[in-house]
Amino acid sequence: MIDIKNVHKTFNTGRANQVNAVNGIDLHIKQGEYAVIVGANGSGKTTLLDMVAGSVFPSMGSIEIDGKDVTKIPDYKRSQWIARVFQNPMSGTASELSIIDNFRLAAIRTKPKGLAIGINQTFKNQVKEKISTLGLGLENKIEQPMGTLSGGQRQALTLLMSVMDSCKVLLLDEPTAALDPRSAQIVMKTADELIKDYRLTAVLITHNLKDAYNYGSRLILMGEGLVMKDFNAEQKSSLKQNDLFDWFG
Amino acid sequence: MDFYLTALLQGLCFSAIAQGIYISMKIFNIPDITTDGSYTLGAVVTAIMLTHHQPNYIILPAVIIAGGVAGAITGIIHTKLKINALLAGILVMTALYSVNLWLMGRSNLPLINVASLFTLINISADPNYNAFWILILFVAIITLIIGYLLKTDFGIAMRATGNSESMIRSLGVNTDRMKITGLALANALTALSGYLISQLQGYTDISMGIGIVIIGLGSVIIAETLINWLRITSVWLSLILVLLGAIIFQFVLAITLDIGVDPIFLKVVTAVFVLIIVSLPRISFRALK
Repeated sequence: MIDIKNVHKTFNTGRANQVNAVNGIDLHIKQGEYAVIVGANGSGKTTLLDMVAGSVFPSMGSIEIDGKDVTKIPDYKRSQWIARVFQNPMSGTASELSIIDNFRLAAIRTKPKGLAIGINQTFKNQVKEKISTLGLGLENKIEQPMGTLSGGQRQALTLLMSVMDSCKVLLLDEPTAALDPRSAQIVMKTADELIKDYRLTAVLITHNLKDAYNYGSRLILMGEGLVMKDFNAEQKSSLKQNDLFDWFG
Repeated sequence: MDFYLTALLQGLCFSAIAQGIYISMKIFNIPDITTDGSYTLGAVVTAIMLTHHQPNYIILPAVIIAGGVAGAITGIIHTKLKINALLAGILVMTALYSVNLWLMGRSNLPLINVASLFTLINISADPNYNAFWILILFVAIITLIIGYLLKTDFGIAMRATGNSESMIRSLGVNTDRMKITGLALANALTALSGYLISQLQGYTDISMGIGIVIIGLGSVIIAETLINWLRITSVWLSLILVLLGAIIFQFVLAITLDIGVDPIFLKVVTAVFVLIIVSLPRISFRALK
């Protein structure tokens, strides 16, 4: 589903503050795979994810999604296939719009934003039903502005929003970084269920080694812009929790 | 009493620019200074076409397109050339000064004894009341159109662009194109204010747009204060409050003149009034502590 071929990314080339963020990565992520990427800060994880999402273009190499070369396609066009959950809960939702407005936008992610009023009672009921699966009581608050919710609630809703429209790839960039343990657990569990139910191809970046151990069918360790270790599902299941901690020893 | 009727009529005329600033300011977080130029442009296009005896159904679209083009240019300069929004607006506003002067061929164009929107329909014998009803109708139609637009999928996307660009880009919206469209819309509304005011006051002057952005901003700020105080979330109510803000603003100026303040001080009164409105939420918060 995701083909990353010999991708490099250098920032500020030729200047004193040049950063070689990604130094030649070849990665092939199969359809339905849930890949977890861990690595120290500065290892190039987020830059790699940004290049898959399209908010950053590679200096060299190509990226293909579902067989299509998307290397030069900007991020807003890649939303055709990709849904993204950001590190900052504020980035994935619009705080001044109501929950139902946010969900409406998510429901037309792959469609043109036309001049018809899309929110009707049927749509509201659909959204309420979906939100009630979280068990947070938010289905009674759909007219409230997103900004009145906590970070954890917003992240959980961002996840639900990602499957409101057809989605092939789900990108999760440290989605629980800003959350308390309970909210983090809800988010990770919800993500896991959605990935299974909708058979999504997912890439998760996380610093939480417990999550990295418990979730995903593939584990990748990045360092200095390269892939250091790569475990498929079988190999991953034979690892021990402590092995991951040792990598960062 | 005359002051207040004029204030009401002017408030209704300025409701268009208030809605335009509402869109650009609240929805795009872009303070758009182009308004000083597009307002005058609207008035200039109106005056020229009226003195050439063009019918209103041609003048209205011409004004809307003129304002729209001005806003679109600001949008293009800001998004494609990556120039700061404020500077982009100032650049277009500055250029428009020359364009307006060139179009008019002179600095002032009187509109006495010329057919206008207000002579088109006769609802009342009194010209002021006639103007009032025509304006109410006009403003109601604009508000309905803009309100509907803000509730459509496109409108929600537009509102989200100013709120969280990262989010709306990941949801498939070309934010550059959205900003250009939004600025075109905002300035088309501003030009409509110029269209209305030039016909109401009976002339177009090259300097009538100078500082007009404050009237728009002040109206929106009054509306925002009311929206926050009354915890309004409805799009329709917000727009009506914007209209109210425009009228209240003009009333404050009318009260100032009525109590005998020298008209020289009108601009300082405007500035102080806007300052008070903006500080109101902050002062009361501290008083509670």
